Amino acid sequence: MTALAIDVHGLTKRFGRKVAVDHVDIAVPEGQVWGFLGPNGSGKTTTIRMLCGLLKPDEGEGTCLGYRLRSETDSIKREVGYMTQRFSYWEDLSIRENLEFVARMYGVADTKAKVDETLERLGLHARQSQLAGELSGGWKQRLALAACMLHEPRLLLLDEPTAGVDPQARRDFWEEIHRLSEAGLTVLVSTHYMDEAERCDRIVYINLGKIVAQGTVPEVIQKSGLITFIIEGPDVRRLLSRLEGRPGVEHVAFFGAVLHVSGHDRDALKAALEPLRELEGYAITEATPSLEDVFIHLQQVSAVQ
Amino acid sequence: MRGFSFARLFAILMKEFIQMRRDRMTFALMIGVPVMQLLLFGFAINTDPRHLPTVVHIADDSVYARSIGAALRNSEYFDIVATARTPQEAERMLDEGDVAFAITVPVNFARDLVRGRTPQLLIQADASDPAASSIALATISELATSALKDDLVGPLASRAGKPAFTTIIQRRYNPEGITQYNIVPGLIAVILTMTMVMVTAMAMTREREKGTFENLLAMPASPFEVMIGKITPYVVVGYIQATLILLGARYVFGVPMIGSLTLLGATGGLFIAANLALGFTFSTIAKNQLQAMQMTVFFLLPSILLSGFMFPFRGMPNWAQWIGETLPNTHFLRIVRGILLKGNGPAEIWPNVWPLLIFLVVVGSVALLRYRRTLD
Repeated sequence: MTALAIDVHGLTKRFGRKVAVDHVDIAVPEGQVWGFLGPNGSGKTTTIRMLCGLLKPDEGEGTCLGYRLRSETDSIKREVGYMTQRFSYWEDLSIRENLEFVARMYGVADTKAKVDETLERLGLHARQSQLAGELSGGWKQRLALAACMLHEPRLLLLDEPTAGVDPQARRDFWEEIHRLSEAGLTVLVSTHYMDEAERCDRIVYINLGKIVAQGTVPEVIQKSGLITFIIEGPDVRRLLSRLEGRPGVEHVAFFGAVLHVSGHDRDALKAALEPLRELEGYAITEATPSLEDVFIHLQQVSAVQ
Repeated sequence: MRGFSFARLFAILMKEFIQMRRDRMTFALMIGVPVMQLLLFGFAINTDPRHLPTVVHIADDSVYARSIGAALRNSEYFDIVATARTPQEAERMLDEGDVAFAITVPVNFARDLVRGRTPQLLIQADASDPAASSIALATISELATSALKDDLVGPLASRAGKPAFTTIIQRRYNPEGITQYNIVPGLIAVILTMTMVMVTAMAMTREREKGTFENLLAMPASPFEVMIGKITPYVVVGYIQATLILLGARYVFGVPMIGSLTLLGATGGLFIAANLALGFTFSTIAKNQLQAMQMTVFFLLPSILLSGFMFPFRGMPNWAQWIGETLPNTHFLRIVRGILLKGNGPAEIWPNVWPLLIFLVVVGSVALLRYRRTLD
């Protein structure tokens, strides 16, 4: 069994009376890429901040790269690369100045060579004296990733790194992540994108500070016990309002030009769909729920509880 | 309807009020600062300072000398805090700033008076702050007529009604009573306070506002590293400012520079560091740049008004002087004026150096303790 890059138990953080993170256990083996999902305000950022020593947990213990979470934050900081949700490099410094600053802060040997190499790899060598604040969102994201990789960390904690980034840049970003992971790097990345979740070895879904599901994507789908029917046909979107609120129908969503109707009770779902079978030109088939169906379901379930 | 809408205006007004109420710190400052300042400065500032510490050297003890002493006291302008045995002792006290006046009753004062001559009373005043000494000096001339009224009886009765003695006034350190000699060196202290406190307070809160602070925290840097790293560039800026003001003082205002500029430079470094540490402390408290700015102003006003920069320090009531004594500005003002105008050396300025050291250590420790290594 490989060693665990992240191994925490009962991690809890309160802000005043609000429990932001509620007894979270995470164990990420070295070299894996884990996706961290959940709605806004579910506690993803708070958890990540506790992992890299930016917040003190109120409860819970554990290790990050083998260092104790509470007492060895300095060692953790040295070997973890953390990319904040908001671009947090210095906009009034040039690209090169930012990278040099980071390299010096981590005591990277031969700063100049390392920065040159990074600039070359990023394709930013020609623009190195441009101010970071002038970069577009995609370039800022690349710069941020390069900067938090400068000191060759063993663990990357990425907080919604691809928010607001175009599909091509996102794809490039994930290729880079997978390449780094093959080289032995462990990655925990929070995201709202389903396609990104599907690129992860495992996913953790958190809502209202609690982990509600975790495992590989098929495991999470299967464990949800959700049943989904797909309706295809002309102008199928107009059926959405007719189905919502029917007994057995827990949620209906329109994507990819088809309607996803999900619930837990197969018979009730079938009964609800029965009147539609008489309509001309519609095909109703049972299918594996998509990850999105499962997440919407999980979010609704925890909201009710 | 297009154009102006009262409903929209009302909506905006409500939103602003709600936000103002949410930002408790700003609200407290907006309400508290004017009240405090009104109370502080309203009572503290006195351009007609009384009870100025005075040393007397009585070379000729007589009933007349005692009457003059009593008259000085009764005038309320002079508090006789010491009696010097020698003229040198009186002068030393004036040099060190322990007293504002040294009054000497010369030898044969009584004899001359009785013989019908007009004896002279020597008054040496610390005129480095002309405002502090001028009114008091004006009273002395009046005393010459009134002080000995009751003593001049019998054969001497004819002498009453006209000045019984003349006064020789020596304005020390700033003989012409040029206000700029006092104000311009003082400006070094005030300008350094203003910019040093403000820039550090802003520099740190800007990091927090922009979100770059999170990144800085995620890096392995100790609070001390961050503090020193942030402060040092401004020490350089502070020295440049001080140099510019000194050049202006010398060549524009012709302020005398009697003492050692090296000594001034060394103590200036201490003063700059004290202010930067305070700015850093503010930045650990302020949530945004506006708050940092408000805190700076809050500190700046007493530094100008209670330090002896604008108004005579000794004119303030005791409690205001106590507040003044805690401000670095007060001490650095005395150091600057002492070195430039009086030619003070290390021994004479030491009483004002150690308070700066204490301030630096205390405030620096507070800054380091308050600096959060986490985002909690």
